[in-house]
Amino acid sequence: MPPFPQAARTALADPQLRANLRHATHTIRDKRAAVVAEVDEWEALRRKGAGIKDDMLAHLDEHLVRLEEQLTARGAVVHWARDAAEACAIVAQVARDHRADEVVKVKSMATAEIGLNEALAQEGIAAWETDLAELIVQLGDDLPSHILVPAIHRNRAEIRRIFLDRMAAAGRPAPADLTDEPRELAAAARLHLREKFLRATVAVSGANFAVAETGTLVVVESEGNGRMCLTLPEVLVSVVGIEKVLPTTADLDTFLRLLPRSSTGERMNPYTSMWTGVTPGDGPQEVHVVLLDNGRTDVLADEVGRQALRCIRCSACLNVCPVYERTGGHAYGSVYPGPIGAILTPMLKGVGHDEQVDSLPYASSLCGRCYEVCPVMIDIPEVLVHLRSQVVDAHRDTVGGGGLGWRPPTPLDLAMRGAALVLGDGRRMAWAARGTALAGRVLGATRGRLGGGARGRALPGGRGALGRVPGGGGWTDARDLPAPPTDTFRAWWTRTHGGRDEATTTRTAQEERR
Amino acid sequence: MLTCINDAMFPETGKAVVRLLRRLGVDVEFPPGQSCCGQPMTNTGYLDEAVPAVRAFASAFEGYDAVVVPSGSCAGSVRHQHGLVARRAGDPALQDAVRRLAPRTHELTEFLLDVLEVEDVGASFPHSVTYHPTCHSLRLLGVGDRPARLLRHVRGLRLLELPAAEECCGFGGTFAVKNAETSVAMGTDKVRHAVGTGAEVLVASDNSCLMHLGGLLSRERAGMRVMHLAEILASTEDQPASVLTAPTLLERTSAARGARS
Ligand code: SF4
Repeated sequence: MPPFPQAARTALADPQLRANLRHATHTIRDKRAAVVAEVDEWEALRRKGAGIKDDMLAHLDEHLVRLEEQLTARGAVVHWARDAAEACAIVAQVARDHRADEVVKVKSMATAEIGLNEALAQEGIAAWETDLAELIVQLGDDLPSHILVPAIHRNRAEIRRIFLDRMAAAGRPAPADLTDEPRELAAAARLHLREKFLRATVAVSGANFAVAETGTLVVVESEGNGRMCLTLPEVLVSVVGIEKVLPTTADLDTFLRLLPRSSTGERMNPYTSMWTGVTPGDGPQEVHVVLLDNGRTDVLADEVGRQALRCIRCSACLNVCPVYERTGGHAYGSVYPGPIGAILTPMLKGVGHDEQVDSLPYASSLCGRCYEVCPVMIDIPEVLVHLRSQVVDAHRDTVGGGGLGWRPPTPLDLAMRGAALVLGDGRRMAWAARGTALAGRVLGATRGRLGGGARGRALPGGRGALGRVPGGGGWTDARDLPAPPTDTFRAWWTRTHGGRDEATTTRTAQEERR
Repeated sequence: MLTCINDAMFPETGKAVVRLLRRLGVDVEFPPGQSCCGQPMTNTGYLDEAVPAVRAFASAFEGYDAVVVPSGSCAGSVRHQHGLVARRAGDPALQDAVRRLAPRTHELTEFLLDVLEVEDVGASFPHSVTYHPTCHSLRLLGVGDRPARLLRHVRGLRLLELPAAEECCGFGGTFAVKNAETSVAMGTDKVRHAVGTGAEVLVASDNSCLMHLGGLLSRERAGMRVMHLAEILASTEDQPASVLTAPTLLERTSAARGARS
């Protein structure tokens, strides 16, 4: 994947994609705002959610041991996976043990994170997504671009094409007379999926929550397709990130109120499924739970960054993010897009050795809207700045500090070092500013020959504008720069004794001009 | 604190703040030791490089009753980031100084309403304006409706509501350069909303955001200009701030013709 600024170009240049994204994010964000406004104690609820997660993270080890005990006692088999490869190998082994060459899947970010579908395909096992949007993405040979609405970048005409062209190769074909009516599209998907539900012997899921006290796993969804997977097949494998633990059943109360309102803008989601180990004669008779680390303990060790482990994957931050709205999820080049992806991906993967990963903390204007809506109060802008400093530090060319991340200083490194020197001292700042004022005077004298001239006075200070400036970088490709002023504030302050002699000075200047 | 970009690029804003505060009876000083709040470095991840600026800030403003900043972004940086930078410097004395200064640092509208407790600053500005609440004043500082309350008392001013006002303009410091295309896409939407109001002037409390938006307006020759809130609040009947009229269509076409020949 190319770094974010390059990857973003595709979406920025595609008006249809931008229109799809704009429409979808605005619809969900407005719905969310309306249902959140209904809850008087929303802020208290957010604080409570954040608090429960923080307490849990502070004692993560104890809760995980408890969860394992409870799960085992209820007949589930618990596996621990340090990374993606271990987790995928465990799932593949379970499928092989049951001679399954296909599995049905409940939508799950954890399995996307570990690349499970691709890993199973390598073993000759087909993994079928059963969430409608995931199905669209899978059939379209595409990548998800949103946590909750993975096909957010597609419109219904595109979906109809995908169904007609691709469904047959994956199972039951789409009806030949399929239109792009949402009802018809949903019906086609339903028939296609039903065959798979009834045929599969092994299902794979994630979990939104894992209650340590009882060993109960919870999946929250809108369509009910996940529940089909959780109840019909004989064998169930659930891949669960270790940060999904909640200490008690009572804690669910808080999160089941925070999650649906934040994610789909609904008061309550249509389906909440809970399963606890094996129940003889009902549902899967063999249950495996894979507890996944895959970088999470590293995030936990990061004092500022660990708050990201509170995330309940609601995607509210994506829906309000002005950058996501324009670039879409693919630009982030990671399973987790948007603001949460911009902090989670670099932390899970580590910074300083991949340019694409290192570009993510900069894929934000730090406007703070993500923090404002996050149901568990993750201060994403704070973590972004923290990660930026890690990226910079990883490449510092200090004596002996070379090694892994060293690269020659970039123009930005040099600019920042220069800025540190100049801006660290009022006197040096005065000298530097005098330079811009001098430039302003020179430009003023030659203004007639410069693009915008005195007419382009949209700029602050009502000054003339500079058009395309050589060396102006990305700035002047689409924006004018204000021509520097002829005087700095500091110089004015000294000359007029803090503005007290302003009247006399102005008069002199006017006389001079005459 | 004037902020480095105002000092070097937008001195008129600084002069306006001085005039306004003096008019309200405040004893204004400009300690020459000040330079920059360090935000350009901090936000880009250059924490070590931000240390000298934070140090200069702390020593320049030690001993004043209040530090008034005509920028939501820089005030936010003083209140929310200086602690972080000082910790990084591993200097307890600096950490102390920074902690003492944070609560005494106010964004201009906060200072006017919360400290001076004036809503009517006696300004006059007979033009139509629309106000963009910049992200940092809106969300980092939570200045809320303070700017609107001040603007509503300005004689002759017609305040037009900006649609999707709370959306980011796309400036974001080095974001505007590092992710120039995304930044421009965001700014273009903001400018479209602003122009749609039909106002003569787009107002904000941060010249850096205005530099970005003004740069787009100027390139598009949209005929709308940008102004810092302080310049409007400083404007009086005796000393009015001038809003040069937008170039007429005729002037624009002749300029274009001139450029072509
Ligand atoms: S960071 Fe917050 S808003 Fe974003 S997905 Fe996670 S919980 Fe939701």
